[in-house]
Amino acid sequence: MTGGVVPFSWNLITDLRTMWEFGFMRNAFEAGTIISIVAGIIGYFVIVRRSAFATHALGHVGFSGAAAAVLVGVNPVYGLLLFTSSGAAGMALLGRRAANRDIEIGTVLAFMLGLGLLFISLYKGFATEAYSILFGEILGISDSGVIFTLEASAVVLVVIGLVYRRLLFASLDEDVAEAKGMPMLALGLTFMLLLAVAISIAVQVIGVLLIFALMVTPAAVAVRLTKRPLYAVLVSILVALVATWVGLFVQFYAQYPASFFIVSIAFAIYVAVRAGQSLSALRVRRAAQAMRNQPAVD
Amino acid sequence: MNEVHRRSSDDRFGPEIVHAEHLDVGYRDKVVWQDASLDVRRGEFVAVIGPNGAGKTTLFRLLLGLQRPMGGSLTVFGSPPKRGNSRIGYVPQRHTIDNETHVAAETLVRLGVSGTKWGPGFSLRPEREAATAALEAVGAVELGSKSLGSLSGGELQRVFLAEALVGNPEMLLLDEPLSSLDLRRSRELVEVIHGLVQSRHVTTLLVAHDINPLIQCLDKVIYIANGNVATGTPEAVLTSASLSELYGVPVEVLHDSRHNIVIVGGEDPHGGENG
Repeated sequence: MTGGVVPFSWNLITDLRTMWEFGFMRNAFEAGTIISIVAGIIGYFVIVRRSAFATHALGHVGFSGAAAAVLVGVNPVYGLLLFTSSGAAGMALLGRRAANRDIEIGTVLAFMLGLGLLFISLYKGFATEAYSILFGEILGISDSGVIFTLEASAVVLVVIGLVYRRLLFASLDEDVAEAKGMPMLALGLTFMLLLAVAISIAVQVIGVLLIFALMVTPAAVAVRLTKRPLYAVLVSILVALVATWVGLFVQFYAQYPASFFIVSIAFAIYVAVRAGQSLSALRVRRAAQAMRNQPAVD
Repeated sequence: MNEVHRRSSDDRFGPEIVHAEHLDVGYRDKVVWQDASLDVRRGEFVAVIGPNGAGKTTLFRLLLGLQRPMGGSLTVFGSPPKRGNSRIGYVPQRHTIDNETHVAAETLVRLGVSGTKWGPGFSLRPEREAATAALEAVGAVELGSKSLGSLSGGELQRVFLAEALVGNPEMLLLDEPLSSLDLRRSRELVEVIHGLVQSRHVTTLLVAHDINPLIQCLDKVIYIANGNVATGTPEAVLTSASLSELYGVPVEVLHDSRHNIVIVGGEDPHGGENG
């Protein structure tokens, strides 16, 4: 958008200051930061509960909601919220095992995407709107958009803070948690609704099609680096933040979409961690082999 | 084992913890077993034995308050069972954990005491201490920092046992903890459990399809088969006469020179031959 207008300098602080003189960049950084925090936390539970595909699907459900909202002339985020929440509640009420049924979920998500397509075609001249829902438009976030993001995130953070241990327990050891009297349906419903809200606000940054990069990839990196849930949540937030911040920073100078950079950075971190772990596993195996091959001294 | 060691005279055990009279159990239109009367006393080590699908897990679901009896009466600690009884520690047969679970074992054990609490729980010291103590009690402290996904079947069962134990329950319900273990690991785990029963007087019910790894330390057997339930000392229940009556077909109980028993004739086609 602004590529070429402002030259890049190696003084990154000055660069950031320059960027933040633009209101849309300030908004992008603010909303991006808030959303990264929420996505990092919720993402951890997505991994622990194995709900990655449900997350992906809810993004698609949100697409038709957003498209419908634009069609009737309201803010797309309300359509997103309405549709993702309904979808999330449906999945939760069908039970956790139902939420893991790939084929049923896939069938519904394809239908929802098709529905979204219909809404787009009904609304004349709205390709850019559809494009930004699909791929995110972080530079288009308004002041009120930032406020809304902050409010929605605050609710998500407070609720997740309250149910943190119960949700972790219910996710890791379902049958024991149930026997201990945990309200499994209510906990599942709560989580899915939080996920719906998180997806709805994250769509502004990354779009429904790329939701994985913020909601799943950072947490997938985190669980490979630490076994402690609290640390994993922190690492997950950190990865999401790095991807968003560096992505925003780079796109300011390069004229490609921010979403592309955010997704690429998250992906690069994931690949680097996987490669690093494979390498160290290989080294351990080699060392063990060398030990075995060494003739016994005594 | 000598008979004196396994005497079941009432003086050795405390008050009744579980009491059932003419209990009928089932789902909607299917009776699983009926007219069962049994009791479990404090400090007893009880095996729940029977072929697959006989309703062994169903007994646990009743005791945990996850399912209601269709008829008869059942009390646990003197009152009807209710869900969320903190005096019961439970290890289910099914777990959500697999080798993709990158979570420290200690975290799971800690959740055994804190998993029902509200809030994020940032002050973790008492929880951590309780978790370490529970892992110590099952001889698995060194597993605490390991990822659940990297543990072997036997190691996992110890961690689950610690998770059940961490809240200092008075009764343990262990559903098929031995099912995926070889004979040596089964005996090791049984030793750990038996040690807990003796040192903590924690009443323990253990579901198993093979009684042999357990037989030397049991106080009581609850044998469920063919919709019937027989209960008593292993000597009383594990006889040809008693099991033939239970199954409703002729069954023979054979003993080998090392006190192992083989039950012939009563098994369902899927069960092991020595169940």
